[in-house]
Amino acid sequence: MSKVLLQTDSLNAFYGDFQALYDVDMSVCEGETIAIIGANGAGKSTLLRSIAGLIKTEPESVRFDGTAIGNWRADKIAKQGIALIPEGRQLFPSLSVEENLKLGSTVGRTGHWQLDTVYQLFPVLKERRTQPSTSLSGGQQQMVAIGRALMSNPEVLLFDEISLGLAPVIINTIYEQLPNIISQGATAIIIEQDVGRAMAAASRVYCLIEGRVKLEGSTHELTREQITEAYFGVAA
Amino acid sequence: MDWLNAIVQGVLLGGLYALFASGLSLIFGVMRLVNIAHGDLIVLAAYLALSTTLILGVHPFTAILVVIPLMALIGYVLQRGVLNHTLGDDILPPLLVTFGLSVFLQNALLEGYTADPQKLNVGSLETASVSVGELSIGLLPLSTFVVAIVVIVFLQWIFYHTALGRQFRAVSDNADIAQLMGLSKGHIFGLALALSLVVCGIAGILLGARTSFDPAVGSGRLIFAFEAVIIGGLGNLWGTLIGGIVLGVAQTIGGKINPGWQLLAGHVVFLLILAIRPRGFFPRVEH
Repeated sequence: MSKVLLQTDSLNAFYGDFQALYDVDMSVCEGETIAIIGANGAGKSTLLRSIAGLIKTEPESVRFDGTAIGNWRADKIAKQGIALIPEGRQLFPSLSVEENLKLGSTVGRTGHWQLDTVYQLFPVLKERRTQPSTSLSGGQQQMVAIGRALMSNPEVLLFDEISLGLAPVIINTIYEQLPNIISQGATAIIIEQDVGRAMAAASRVYCLIEGRVKLEGSTHELTREQITEAYFGVAA
Repeated sequence: MDWLNAIVQGVLLGGLYALFASGLSLIFGVMRLVNIAHGDLIVLAAYLALSTTLILGVHPFTAILVVIPLMALIGYVLQRGVLNHTLGDDILPPLLVTFGLSVFLQNALLEGYTADPQKLNVGSLETASVSVGELSIGLLPLSTFVVAIVVIVFLQWIFYHTALGRQFRAVSDNADIAQLMGLSKGHIFGLALALSLVVCGIAGILLGARTSFDPAVGSGRLIFAFEAVIIGGLGNLWGTLIGGIVLGVAQTIGGKINPGWQLLAGHVVFLLILAIRPRGFFPRVEH
């Protein structure tokens, strides 16, 4: 097994007084893709937002490449090479497609991904590059969101709800491209409602329920029944 | 001909108001900060120019080389040191803090420069004019108007054609997500106020060259700036120029009818426009 790149250690996260995560231990190795599954409100997005620095946590509860980053600001974490593709795309409405992509490169990390390579990945974006980003369809917006994150040439990609609200044909396109997206040396954590897709794309899964890790394991070893049980909290 | 003259003078005066207003509009656009101390910062710039001319013995327009970097520095430090801590979901803290800053600036200027009216002496430019037909157009108001247009073109260019402008717009759209792109919100806001105060610096020098000023005139400039922004429509710099012109023309025409009505006419026209078009003439269309 290659070395652990990113890990959480007894991660607790709060929204004001409300605790959303309880002692979450999770790790992802260099080059690995893992999936986080769980029902709505289980804390999946909170986990990614905590890693990305949008939610402050105890310094030691998130470690990236050995460094404690739990209390770092989001922009500093982005510069270290962790990119979050947020739920609901969250493009900048005042910026065109190309400006959104360029903004991703503000982080200042160079590598494979630049405007050309992102346009090769999603050719439709090149045709639409001068349009306001929010005039695109949901799927195209998701492509912009992915491209914008890639422009920072991250080491770790965090996909929050990669396919939520998208047409199945678009989801297929994005999943077909997923190996190309991740193959550039990146490590990925994906949140996916569709357990089947999550199992196919990832090598390991974590199942969260009510802010706690209920089940963890390799996608080859876990059975459908185990996941269903963890997911719904009852034996199927 | 007198009326035409009043209109032309009003248009040119509008350029100065647009300068007052564009810095205010800029920071509201980037960080939803309403800077009550904006007028006093313009007056501060006029005093900084005055001191520069006295100490270095240079022309007020040369003093701009000192005033602009100084104002930019003040803006950045003020934003990062003070105003960033007031920004949040509640709109009240920044209003209260900038109001306090306004009081502080007025009293500090009073302490440092006394209440005596001061003026920046720009020499023969003050009285020079060009004749167009029967109209006589002052060179100073004309150059102020030209400067206003140059400043607005420059701000537009920064906003829509540079990486910095992209960052301003992104942070304005969604500061959290912009942070995910490695942008430090505090730094970007600091740069925005720095840029706003650069415009204040230019406006302050042109104000001081045009009329006499004392530590208390800032709040009046703030009102003109607000009115120009609102008439033109929030978030639109060219609209702000139109707003400034509308205000300037209303004032000069009011003053023409009765010298006592100059300021009143400006406010009345502002209120009328607010009643008819509450969002101003050219509010930025959200796409």
